Amino acid sequence: MSAVARIWARMRTSKTVVASGGILFAIALVSIIGPWISPNEYLTTNFDNILRAPTASAGHVFGTDDLGRDLFVRTMMGVQVTFVVAIVASVVSLLIGVLYGATAGFIGGRVDAVMMRLVDTLYATPFIFFVILLLVVFERNLLLMFVAIGAINWLDMARIVRGQTLSLREREFVQAAQLIGVSTPRIIFRHIAPNLVGIVIVYVTLTIPQAILIESFLSFLGLGVQEPQTSLGKLVNDGTKQMEGASWMLLIPGVLLAAILLCFNFVGDGMRDLFDSRRSQ
Amino acid sequence: MSLLDVNGLGVRYADKDVVSGLSFGVGSGESVGLVGESGSGKTQTALAIMGLLPGKAAISGSIDFAGTEIVGAPERQLNTLRAERIGMVFQDPMQALNPYVPIGKQLRRVLLRHGISDGREVDQRVMHMLDRVGLPDPARQFRAYAHQLSGGMRQRVMIASALLAQPDLLIADEPTTALDVTVQAQILELLERIREETALLLITHDLGIIAGHCERLVVIEAGRLVEEGPTRKLFSEPRASHTRKLIDAAPRLDGDSPPAPESAELVLEADNVSVSYAERNERLQLHAVMDLDLQLQAGETVAVVGESGSGKSSFVRAVLGLVPMRAGRVTFCGQEVAGPLQARSIETRRDLQLVFQDPAGSLNPQLRIERIIAEPLTVHAPELDAKARSERVADALQRVGLDEDLLGRFPHQLSGGQAQRVAIARALIVNPRVLVCDEAVAALDGSVRQQVLNLLHREQQATGLAIVFISHDLAVVRSISHRVMVLYLGRLVELADGAGIFRHPRHPYTRALLDAVPVPDPLAPGGRLSISGEVPSIIDPPSGCAFHPRCRYAEQRCRVELPLVRPVGEARVACHRAEELEL
Repeated sequence: MSAVARIWARMRTSKTVVASGGILFAIALVSIIGPWISPNEYLTTNFDNILRAPTASAGHVFGTDDLGRDLFVRTMMGVQVTFVVAIVASVVSLLIGVLYGATAGFIGGRVDAVMMRLVDTLYATPFIFFVILLLVVFERNLLLMFVAIGAINWLDMARIVRGQTLSLREREFVQAAQLIGVSTPRIIFRHIAPNLVGIVIVYVTLTIPQAILIESFLSFLGLGVQEPQTSLGKLVNDGTKQMEGASWMLLIPGVLLAAILLCFNFVGDGMRDLFDSRRSQ
Repeated sequence: MSLLDVNGLGVRYADKDVVSGLSFGVGSGESVGLVGESGSGKTQTALAIMGLLPGKAAISGSIDFAGTEIVGAPERQLNTLRAERIGMVFQDPMQALNPYVPIGKQLRRVLLRHGISDGREVDQRVMHMLDRVGLPDPARQFRAYAHQLSGGMRQRVMIASALLAQPDLLIADEPTTALDVTVQAQILELLERIREETALLLITHDLGIIAGHCERLVVIEAGRLVEEGPTRKLFSEPRASHTRKLIDAAPRLDGDSPPAPESAELVLEADNVSVSYAERNERLQLHAVMDLDLQLQAGETVAVVGESGSGKSSFVRAVLGLVPMRAGRVTFCGQEVAGPLQARSIETRRDLQLVFQDPAGSLNPQLRIERIIAEPLTVHAPELDAKARSERVADALQRVGLDEDLLGRFPHQLSGGQAQRVAIARALIVNPRVLVCDEAVAALDGSVRQQVLNLLHREQQATGLAIVFISHDLAVVRSISHRVMVLYLGRLVELADGAGIFRHPRHPYTRALLDAVPVPDPLAPGGRLSISGEVPSIIDPPSGCAFHPRCRYAEQRCRVELPLVRPVGEARVACHRAEELEL
């Protein structure tokens, strides 16, 4: 069994992980296929059809908003943004965080000190201030928000991977490889990295909900996704304005966001239980 | 009637029997040894007696302790039993002590929790007990934390803790396996001393330990009883072949050392090697190794022996380039080699290989055995194609006596002995000139240990491999060493050829190490232990001869003047009184 196959086998032993993962997969699938099947467009406004409550018969299963746009298609679009954020966050924290952390941890000494102080500095920067600054200097766009989310997401990962690498470096199989004459990059890739897989997977699943929350939060403040595009955070923001008359505008995206966050958190916690408990293989 | 009566005990996990149909008894005040190799179910038996097996273990049969049935007893009853009547000492005292609570406080709890004692006399009783188990300065140790004590001291604390409740039975599960031989001898002596007040069930894989300390033996294999009887009878006329095998596997001091190799080609030479570690604040330099020399010839085995803290690992690691040298020179085949590993030529790195103590830790858990063994080839013989490479791997595997179907497995699927052979195969696949074994057999069972030693010896005969063998136990290196270096606190105390050092040690410390080796013979005269205490800290080494506080021959001169290494007879010894002492 390869490392990946073993992780997969172990994941399947947890009911929470399987159930939450299944729900997430279903939501993602609907968000991709839904807008395709639906007769409505996310941009089309229909002023005869404003703030219509959810009905199956009229083709607006999630109702419409204050501009008469179909909320089902818009919500699914928001879900898509949420999943893109999840993917970007995990890729960024995986690539930058793991490489950065493993390098700092393995080389150690002064290099490690400088690299980790940089991480500390980024940690200490007030995040909202940083984002507003970015948005003022540059045009508001989706890419910028991903940069902002990515910039903070890899920090945790770098710290965790560095700590783990520090302890792996002292393990005798790494010393054995050094004695044999294996080069440093090869040791990092072949001996350190595979032994990081467990902890990295756990923390990726735990950073995803964090990233989603940040995106929703920025969009809620109006700093994130811009009209006519939308995201779950922005939909919730719109919903709060119509809370009194059209509660579905708040409830549907709100519940979906909560469900997605919960599922990711369950997967993350389940994974931590599976990998982190120092149980032998 | 016996105190403990185990009848048809079976322990089963899922579909695997770890103990089956095991019956034996321990009479009150009796000492019984439970002997078996690792995986034979010894510890599972002990845990069953304590009622400590995990819920997923299926237990059958009966365990009767002084009229109380333990199998299936309610937790509350077991708690009382464990608190008041059965004490247990585990293999690793660090795991068994709470690192956040001073040991005196932990021991007080034993008395207070179970209402065995109360009020002011508690501290008195704890201190009295610490004194009885031989902890120096009990009033001070009372407030010490576990990490401030040495391994031997921690084990004494564990024994004190078990004895506080005045149990009827003390179970000691491999109580000395994690300790140096000298400390092991002291702990065994302590167990012998407390025998007056409690029955003892001593669990071990080493018959040498048990020979002088138990009245009766229970030998088990794969969870089944092999043989049971009085110790003397079992040693003199074992009925089962497994018992015979265990007796033969115990390391002995009598017997011959190998003859010196014919060639006189010097392969590895180290001069005046010193190693220091800087403490955190960089102001304090800890001198782990001072001015050590090593000459190693092709086909020769040099043993480096000493208790933990003697600097033996630091020394060879400095020679290999794994830790930086403060001073010194290393010459390989006439060429001086650079200190740090990274600065050495690829050929030098190929020719000096190391086998670690812990076989599981030195193999990457994520790689298959085949890739682990083949890895050196990717560095030192990158020109080989896949077929040639797997031929070399198969050849290496055969040299260490392993089957080819292990190649697809992961390290955690191997036994300790198999894993150590894989580590040796990985070192040997590039045909090094020098192999360094750092306590390479210390973690292995007796019979497996002997097989690995034989394998190294065979390899040496065939290829002229030079071996540096580190061990804390002189008995282990006896059969393979041409020469022996004995170290104490980073300095050489004696260097002699194998035959000489075992027959006629010239330094009191060497004598002490020899005396500490448990003799696998119940008739051997015991109590020759000639050393007490433990290696002092290198933070504050003793003045003069570092060994003088533990030396029974020390005189005024030893306390002030550092003895130099000088030739005495055939040996080189660092002792002021080497000529006059009859050891």
